[in-house]
Amino acid sequence: MSQAALLFWLFAIATCGGALAVVISQNVVRMAFWLIVSLGSMSGLFFLLHADFVATTQLLVYVGGTVVLLIFGVMLTASGPYVQIKTSPAEGFLGAAVGVMLLVMLISTVTRVDWSRATRVSASVSGREFRAGPIHGFNKPQEGNTSRSIGMALLGARPDTDLGSDDGRMGTGYLLPFEIVSVHLLVVLIGAAYLARAKRRAGSASEG
Amino acid sequence: MIMPAIFAASTLGGYFSDVHGLSPAWSMGLAAVIHVIFMISLFGVIPLFFIWLERKVSARIQDRLGPTRVGGRFGWLQGLADGIKLIQKEDLVPDAADSMLFRLAPYLVCIASFTAFMVLPFADGWVAVGADIGLFVILAILSLEVFGIILAGYSSGSKWSLFGGVREAAQMVSYEIPLAICAIIPVIAVGSLNLGELSRVQSGWFYSNWLLFHDPFTFIGFFVYFTVATAGCKRAPFDLAEAESELVGGFHTEYSGMRWSFFFMGEYASMFLVSVLASILFLGGWNTGIGPLDDALVAGRASSAGAGGFVAASYLANVIGMVVILVKGSLLVFLQIWVRWTFPRLRIDQVMTTCLKYLVPMSCFLFLGALMWPVLLIQFTGRSTLFESSQSIGEKLRSSPGILSGDGVSDVDRSSDGDGESDGDRVFEAGLNDGAERRQSSTDVSSDADENRSVV
Repeated sequence: MSQAALLFWLFAIATCGGALAVVISQNVVRMAFWLIVSLGSMSGLFFLLHADFVATTQLLVYVGGTVVLLIFGVMLTASGPYVQIKTSPAEGFLGAAVGVMLLVMLISTVTRVDWSRATRVSASVSGREFRAGPIHGFNKPQEGNTSRSIGMALLGARPDTDLGSDDGRMGTGYLLPFEIVSVHLLVVLIGAAYLARAKRRAGSASEG
Repeated sequence: MIMPAIFAASTLGGYFSDVHGLSPAWSMGLAAVIHVIFMISLFGVIPLFFIWLERKVSARIQDRLGPTRVGGRFGWLQGLADGIKLIQKEDLVPDAADSMLFRLAPYLVCIASFTAFMVLPFADGWVAVGADIGLFVILAILSLEVFGIILAGYSSGSKWSLFGGVREAAQMVSYEIPLAICAIIPVIAVGSLNLGELSRVQSGWFYSNWLLFHDPFTFIGFFVYFTVATAGCKRAPFDLAEAESELVGGFHTEYSGMRWSFFFMGEYASMFLVSVLASILFLGGWNTGIGPLDDALVAGRASSAGAGGFVAASYLANVIGMVVILVKGSLLVFLQIWVRWTFPRLRIDQVMTTCLKYLVPMSCFLFLGALMWPVLLIQFTGRSTLFESSQSIGEKLRSSPGILSGDGVSDVDRSSDGDGESDGDRVFEAGLNDGAERRQSSTDVSSDADENRSVV
């Protein structure tokens, strides 16, 4: 078993095991901890795919942001110490059935796709020829150090199709939708903070 | 002879696969194990040294002597004695505690601060994982430290711990924002997240090359970064989580023995980490800051690139670089210790006010200023750097061996050719601080692209 395969099995078992533990565990904060394990191992899987930028973003956003928020929510809204969530056997059976059906559907979909053709098809849709060779200054896909390629793709110049071509034409970048989503998130944040503000009760003493 | 041969290969993995003929997977695995052993030793020794330093410095500030008995007149081995004492203490878990999380929490703190050392360079090429996004990795991993604190506070089953944990979580999470923004400010000046690259461009005289003096925004940014990093490491004056006078012990009240010491190993290691990061980002990294000396060292390092065989100059230059960076990091840690024992502690509302009302707007303003600086400089002076003598950073990036110049060591000055191959270069150089004429050509390219996009 090669080193990469060994690491893959390690991370995959940690991801799936963590996810199972989230569902099975009954203490809410322990669920959050297993979620950390699961999402962190998923970031490890991204590192194995040489997508280092995405893996680091996964750590920063999901593990360092979303799960922290979850734990804060649990800690600040708990009705008592060590809140338990107990699932009845019927709920457990139903959940397991739905999960298994979803797994079967996903596996059958994934195995039917011809992945070798996929990259070439997407390139031909944009009307460009797919370049498999190395481009000066950028790493090939699957070689790590993807931040430069991601940056250029945000601006519209995909290293595999646009750069190094003869006419110098660039596609539409992803930067505008990215900024729009960021502003959207900001609006959501401000709205949530406004809705959750401490409301002054009418007739109470003024605050010092 | 093993010693010369080990420096013949450019990487440790290369040594194992070229000199000993192991398969690539095995050699990489062995190299990883050796790196891990180095890092663990570093992670063990650093807290020992800095705890001793803290006790001595705090003692002198308080007009007393500190440890003077163990290991000689200055108490060198006091840390070791403390470690032995802590190891043999009773390992207890409170009755009301969630035992699994209680046991796990110290390890989470240690893992977070220890893993970040993996991308920290100590000299040119002396880094465990030379990631192109090294700074981003450090910021992401530092944001994981909060979990250990939260889980420690929550799972201890004691109200002091819960208060300490919640306060600490709020503080650390809030201070991540100005930390990230201030860490990006020197990145704007250089154009690379690679920590090795950030250090390489700062070679030369310190007043013209260190990013601290690159523009006024990085200058102020250094002080803001240092304040925020101190707060993020929960050091005084931001140390309410461990405020002995208020919360008994904060989140580590119920911890004793080795578990307690894991928290502090993590804390001192992250203090050292952010200090070395500050010296890489702002204070010149492994460069000494003296012009001729730096040029000699850079020449020494370059002399062995691409050649087999043991070259003493490169190794020696790197040792000097490592000593320089360790000294700079230690000086900044000394500064943190000094600040701790000089200023009174801030209240939690003052801590949050400082972050959200003062430091976040300040760092946003500095970020904007750092972005506008090249534009303003070109407009008003026609130059791209503050001092006439220094090379602009874009030039230095292109002539230094690294990913931007494409293929290893090359002193060839790459001007934009006519062929399509350098399209990536030309569009990329639009972002680099390269001088007026190059900006002209790059604006032509980007305006062409705009026209095309509007048609499409």
